[in-house]
Amino acid sequence: MINVLQKGFYSTIQDLGRFGYQDYGVPYSGALDKQAAIVANTLLGNHENDAVLEITMTGPKLKFECDTLICLSGANMNPQINKQLIKNNKVFKVNKNDVLSFGKLDSGFRCYLAVLGGFKSEEIMNSRSMYHKITQQSTIKKGENLTIENTTFNYKTHHSNLRVNMSYIGKSTLEVYQGPEFKYLSASNQELLLRSNFTISKFNNRMAYQLEESLANKLDSIITSPVLPGTVQLTPSGKLIILMKDCQTTGGYPRVLQLSESAIQSLAQKLTGDKLQFKCL
Amino acid sequence: MKFQLEYKSYHDRAILVEWPPKIDKSILRDIMLFKSKIISDNNKNRLELRSAYNSLLIVYKEAVCFEAEIEVLRTMYSSGSVETSLTSKLWKIPVCYEDDYALDLQYISNAKGISKEAIIQKHSEVVYTVYFIGFLPGFLYLGGLNEDLEIPRKSTPRLKIEKGAVAIGGNQTGVYPIESPGGWNIIGNSPIEFFNSKNNPPCFAKAGDQIQFIPVKISTYDKIKSQVENNTYIIESSMIYD
Repeated sequence: MINVLQKGFYSTIQDLGRFGYQDYGVPYSGALDKQAAIVANTLLGNHENDAVLEITMTGPKLKFECDTLICLSGANMNPQINKQLIKNNKVFKVNKNDVLSFGKLDSGFRCYLAVLGGFKSEEIMNSRSMYHKITQQSTIKKGENLTIENTTFNYKTHHSNLRVNMSYIGKSTLEVYQGPEFKYLSASNQELLLRSNFTISKFNNRMAYQLEESLANKLDSIITSPVLPGTVQLTPSGKLIILMKDCQTTGGYPRVLQLSESAIQSLAQKLTGDKLQFKCL
Repeated sequence: MKFQLEYKSYHDRAILVEWPPKIDKSILRDIMLFKSKIISDNNKNRLELRSAYNSLLIVYKEAVCFEAEIEVLRTMYSSGSVETSLTSKLWKIPVCYEDDYALDLQYISNAKGISKEAIIQKHSEVVYTVYFIGFLPGFLYLGGLNEDLEIPRKSTPRLKIEKGAVAIGGNQTGVYPIESPGGWNIIGNSPIEFFNSKNNPPCFAKAGDQIQFIPVKISTYDKIKSQVENNTYIIESSMIYD
């Protein structure tokens, strides 16, 4: 068990997502930065779909009620075990009563905590990813106990380090494909979309990131049609909305671009005010 | 199969197939038939099939070669295999249109110059078609609303619409499966659960099914609601063969 002393700004349990239920209107959910979740799990020898804690902007304070191994990846939030700084992308042993806390956000926006065997929260429709109205909880709560595997294990200190390419954090160029309605944009709007600098607005969360700048839009809405995480929608007022993993399954705004999976990961590590450009693959 | 389809790459692992941009039962039927052909083709790289009014999205596990895959899909669409008959169901959904639940019925009555009784009659005499599920888990996109009942969405959406609310927005009608913010005009409430994550599948209805709303008194509503909560209510349904 892990006792939540402080919950942080927005901490949710996520695996890689809830698949196969989109035709019933169920969002995918899942770790926004898939690579970070996989790296943290893999270093522990977990299955890559094991549930991790997705920590946004400000970290929680967690007290371990049993011995285990942990690994963090993604944003650098100056993590500490008993106030001793530890590193991302490295396995650490924690003992019963140890406290994991976080400091200042140095890079990125979302950090992933994996524990040996994964978090064992409720599994609904083959996934532990928290989502409002699907799982009972939509974030972790102060005072609750998070269930983790309580197994005995042999731990040897490893002095080897894994070099993980973290350059996707802070990368401002997002690789995109043309969306289904891209070709209906005027030539000048196509040009603007692929040449301009955009800024992330304060309206950003697991559902979508809205951009500050707008395009003078002449495209009509479309008949409601499927959308995907990473779809860039253009609203009638010219706003650009980039859908993330908790997005609805269908939408009626023209889909002008589609982010690649690695671009979604880069975007997941951005916050209000960050700049970005789109680059067509 | 008789439509001119457009195939578009969506990303490296998805293809969008589009029918003419219309809300039309013959298009829905064509989408359902194509979907069943693709499913029976049993290609393990095809992970998901999602449909809407005039579109079918095919999501793949691994990146696909578009030209080759689109050619496979085209051949499959035009193949003269015997049309499998689609089985669908007609569901009878109890709805209480009484004042406690019909928050906007009086407003629609005034705006449209139609009596509340006539609105209820027009809303419940139609058999609606389920085109797809989207927007919220278990939200059915229904076609068939009587034109007399079309009314724009509210300019300021409500922050909270009750689970089960039956509502009209523009030329569409639907039931809110879970509590949600929303801008549609509320004319009643259904005690039926349109989404339950503990059931597999989580929704009783699927694209191609039909829905009819049956007006019930508040006393009947309460009785059904408690049966639904105890898992003892069985929704009245019948098979449709076409």
